[in-house]
Amino acid sequence: MEEELVYTRPDVVADRATHYCPGCHHGIIHKLVAEALIDLGVVEKTICIGSIGCSVFIYNYLNLDTVEAPHGRAPAVATGVKRARPDNFVFTYQGDGDLASIGLAEIMHCANRGENVSVVFVNNTVYGMTGGQMAPTTLIGQQATTCPAGRCEELEGLPLKMAEIIGGLGTTAYSARVAVDSIKHLMAAKKAIRKAFQCQIDKTGFGFVELLSTCPTNWKMTPVQANERIAKEMIPTFPLGTFKDKTVEAK
Amino acid sequence: MTEQTPKRIFVKGNEAIARGALAAGCKCYFGYPITPQNDIPEFMSQAIRDAGGQFVQAESEIAAANMVLGATACGIRAMTSSSSPGISLKQEALSYMAGSELPGVVVNMVRGGPGLGDIGPSQGDYFQSTRGGGHGDYRLLVLAPASGQEAYDLTIKAFDLAFKYRNPVMILGDAILGQMKEPIAPWIPDNLDPDEAADWRLDGAKGRQPRLHKSLFLQEGELAQQNRHLQEKYEAMKAEIDYESFMVEDADIIVVAFGSIGRIAKSTIRKIRSTGKKVGLIRPITVYPYPSEILKTLAEQGKKFLTIEHNMGQMVEDVRLAIRTITDSDFYSCLPGNLPTPDDFEEPILKALEG
Repeated sequence: MEEELVYTRPDVVADRATHYCPGCHHGIIHKLVAEALIDLGVVEKTICIGSIGCSVFIYNYLNLDTVEAPHGRAPAVATGVKRARPDNFVFTYQGDGDLASIGLAEIMHCANRGENVSVVFVNNTVYGMTGGQMAPTTLIGQQATTCPAGRCEELEGLPLKMAEIIGGLGTTAYSARVAVDSIKHLMAAKKAIRKAFQCQIDKTGFGFVELLSTCPTNWKMTPVQANERIAKEMIPTFPLGTFKDKTVEAK
Repeated sequence: MTEQTPKRIFVKGNEAIARGALAAGCKCYFGYPITPQNDIPEFMSQAIRDAGGQFVQAESEIAAANMVLGATACGIRAMTSSSSPGISLKQEALSYMAGSELPGVVVNMVRGGPGLGDIGPSQGDYFQSTRGGGHGDYRLLVLAPASGQEAYDLTIKAFDLAFKYRNPVMILGDAILGQMKEPIAPWIPDNLDPDEAADWRLDGAKGRQPRLHKSLFLQEGELAQQNRHLQEKYEAMKAEIDYESFMVEDADIIVVAFGSIGRIAKSTIRKIRSTGKKVGLIRPITVYPYPSEILKTLAEQGKKFLTIEHNMGQMVEDVRLAIRTITDSDFYSCLPGNLPTPDDFEEPILKALEG
């Protein structure tokens, strides 16, 4: 029987070796974003806003016009880009330290203005690039280099649930939390990204997708252990689901 | 060639800047309230929208400056404005714009500091403006208008220079300039080029290679190369050096003062000249790059120098650097929190002349 090629790398994904660690979910999420852009036919209209963290190098993997934002400021930069070029497709790609800590003001106000942009939020409960410090999303009891005894509510508060917070804003068109740790979750994640992006294309407002993601290196786990941690430890604190969907409400 | 509108209008310096920006084709304004520059966002909130542009009152100075970064990455003329404490918050984006070579225009209507200071005029941000201001080895091109008309003219020039050099440009004013009303003659430049950013703007990579604006250079040697490139650019900016020279030819002493203080000092010099004493003025219009050469030339002619500033002594360091191999400069400080008049400068100028 002859071999038949049934799947290949989308053109918008660059053909190069990854710098992401083994078992890291960034690569999968990059691909989901790329596929959504292709399916929606907006690749050649897209302007990507990179942020600070491991994914600062997103421009090495996605062949898109890209601008690098200062730490946490991607939603402000996206606002400037979208206001300057309303006919282009604009998305930010941000981690949890970037979006939920230093960039909290920017993400809240970008969403609350109902900016017609999309946000891909990768939550792996830790500052990855700087070496595993506590993030605003670090789970209670989870060890990090700046909370070596484990995060404690009395000292460090509770993990911020961004998809719920953003979903609670009247101007948000779509907000969901998904994961990519299983085929089932991955299919749902694919749909969620598409839906958030479609909101921008339809000009219905701000679209937000939080993706629960691994950081095997800083979690000090094997890729398989890290992948299993998503369902075991993260989903109980960060439930998967859709917290706002104006496209459904409208029907 | 420019089109001269016949009408003169009576406006605050702040409004002159906003109108100048619109004349220069500014399409996006991002701001945040702070005294004494509020007239700019207030005027823009209506006027730039009427002109088909975008106005956003941002959540912070930080966000406003980063919105400018985003808009200028698209090759669109964009600006923000603020006053001293707010300008401190914009330094992050200014450093990134300098590093990524993005042409934002930023207005600083300086107020007294440090900290919250007061809301009165000051020149206390000279160092911050002319030394980069944020982290890293970079410079802004800094223009210091002294009147409403000059504020209008230099705002138009600021956008041209920002795009010419792909570098942030700052308009350095103060509360006197921003709040004083005087007549200006608005004009519309007719040399705006819609394709000025055609080879670098982000607009979706249709039919071309993707473009990238970034300030991260991790590969060995990359950052050194970028810094050398930036320094060459700052060197090239010296072609833009501009200053007002007033009665310097026969002067025994040169007063060096910029912005509003330069204008006030000019009145003092007129008065002193009427008594036959030979006093002249150099008023730097670009404070970075600095007009060092003219100061050196005048020093070589044996003239004395007095630097007057509305701070505790900042630009005087640039004057001394310019003339250091020949002579020195006296310094007179009018303190922030006070509004100087031409009479206030008479005694220090005469003292320096005789000293």
